[in-house]
Amino acid sequence: MADTPDARKIIYQPLDHTGDLGMLVFGGNLRELFAHAAWGLFDLMTDAECVEPRSSRDLTVEAIDLEDLMVRWLGELLYAYDTERFLTVNAAFHTLEPTRLQATLRGETFDAVRHPIDTEIKAVTYHQIAVEHLDAGWRARVIFDI
Amino acid sequence: MNAHHVPLERIDTHRWRIPRHGGMNVDGLVFASDAMMQTIRGDQSLQQVVNVAHLPGIVGHSIAMPDIHWGYGFPIGGVAAFDARDGVISPGGIGYDINCGVRLLGSGLNRHDVQGRMREVAEGLFRNIPSGVGSRQQAVRLSHADLQGVLKRGAGWAVSQGYGTPRDLEHTEENGCLTGAEPRCVSQRALERGRPQLGSIGSGNHFVEVDYVAEVYDAEVARALGLLKDQLAITIHTGSRGLGYQVCDDSIKAMQRATQQFGIAIPDRQLCCAPLSSPPAREYIGAMYSAANFAFANRQLITYTVRETFAEVLQRSAQDLRIEVIYDVCHNIGKFETHTVDGQARRLCVHRKGATRALAPGHPQLPSVYRDMGQPVLIPGDMGRYSYVLVGTRQGGEETFASSCHGAGRLMSRTQAKKSARGRPIVRELEDQGIYVRSAGRATLMEEIPEAYKDVRDVVDVVHGAGISRKVVQLRPLGVIKG
Repeated sequence: MADTPDARKIIYQPLDHTGDLGMLVFGGNLRELFAHAAWGLFDLMTDAECVEPRSSRDLTVEAIDLEDLMVRWLGELLYAYDTERFLTVNAAFHTLEPTRLQATLRGETFDAVRHPIDTEIKAVTYHQIAVEHLDAGWRARVIFDI
Repeated sequence: MNAHHVPLERIDTHRWRIPRHGGMNVDGLVFASDAMMQTIRGDQSLQQVVNVAHLPGIVGHSIAMPDIHWGYGFPIGGVAAFDARDGVISPGGIGYDINCGVRLLGSGLNRHDVQGRMREVAEGLFRNIPSGVGSRQQAVRLSHADLQGVLKRGAGWAVSQGYGTPRDLEHTEENGCLTGAEPRCVSQRALERGRPQLGSIGSGNHFVEVDYVAEVYDAEVARALGLLKDQLAITIHTGSRGLGYQVCDDSIKAMQRATQQFGIAIPDRQLCCAPLSSPPAREYIGAMYSAANFAFANRQLITYTVRETFAEVLQRSAQDLRIEVIYDVCHNIGKFETHTVDGQARRLCVHRKGATRALAPGHPQLPSVYRDMGQPVLIPGDMGRYSYVLVGTRQGGEETFASSCHGAGRLMSRTQAKKSARGRPIVRELEDQGIYVRSAGRATLMEEIPEAYKDVRDVVDVVHGAGISRKVVQLRPLGVIKG
């Protein structure tokens, strides 16, 4: 399960600005990077450890480049939460190219008893967006509007 | 880029210039005291003032108010005006919470009229006004036609449905409706996000607050506004909720392509923009105005609930309570306005992101009762200290495209604030100061502790000192409801 966060490695680090919130996400490959980004998003909003993969849904995202794809990917997950309260905890990617991805999301519906609300994230911004290939793998920087 | 490298020249006690360099089309103009500039230099907001100055068609200066802080793309506290013919519009320069703004209600009540009753008032407001992230309580059920009416007519729609009076509209920026809204430009997603949220506050720094007039600086203007010492007033701070966020999000995505297509070079992708006359810009304006109207209607509906709640809790009639709109301002907005630049009247698209319009005395858009004194400018502070009411001045009219500051600005990040609040009885601490706070989420209260914010007095003193607005009264909180 290369797409599932590996607890032995750093998945993400919150970036704590005065007015806003962001994250640095790490992954051994692109699929892992995108899966970790999903995990990081919901870990900032609630506690991702409390989210169980009880149901799944399919998603396709198209973009103009890899950075745009990252913003749109997280934007879609946020939209699924906002409209249907769906929390994503992991994802299996069928396709992951710079301008397109197809994935099956796993997660569950928000449950106020089990899922603490931490931060409301309004949107995923393009501000200082970066998706970079490093020697040891991939790293992304994403800033949220909260 | 590190903010320390941004060249800065002092103009006077309250003004700083960032001289045009690199790809800047105009100079930067920053309003701040010495002490504030120390803090401002610590983040990247000055670089953001520089970045905004790169955008095509920018006129005058890339301006920053004293509450400037790091934003995405544009700084928060930024004002930028673009020529209507050859300028651009940038959704990131208006922000996600389109027409986030402040409405101030006056009343026929004195603070002593609610002595010993504030707990009930705060609880009543909290019960009746939906707030918070997970709130599923709906203030009003909207049909498809209703929602279209909201987007097209703003607060006017709410008044036509019995949620207010024509007088409320006269005392609202743009009469509570931006004409030219095109609801067809609003995505299905935005409609879905907004539909259940009309009449709700949301979370974060949004609130409804019961205040009293603590200090009066200009007795004549204060009297004209109906703000006598110890008078009770209510402040509403919220915007277009999920509908606005989605409109901004949709358009920033669309404009990623447009920026490329029109060959516009930008230093940060969040500054994506399109020429004002282009189809992507027109689509965005149609949607953004619709979202702005949603926000005006939102504050109007909350006004209705505030009136009902006071009547219910205090068992007094509406005539007796006299809860009237003093004014309602947008602080995240883009609008076409006419301003004089180098002696010439020019049609401009003014972006205000965390900045408030502040019309000078005599401006034809002011309601007749305020025409001689300038537009009321509403500046909320944190929930423990104070807020201010100012008025626009001729100096501001000429220098800042009639704009002023919008609030205190954060001092601590949300995580820092939570750490500092952990283990403290925040509600009781505030109650000991005579402020009843009710909130849907404990995390919100921790993030919003008063010391997490800068002292709004410092911000207001700069705009007052620089002469771009003038202090009228200081308000202090008695009861606050938060998301």
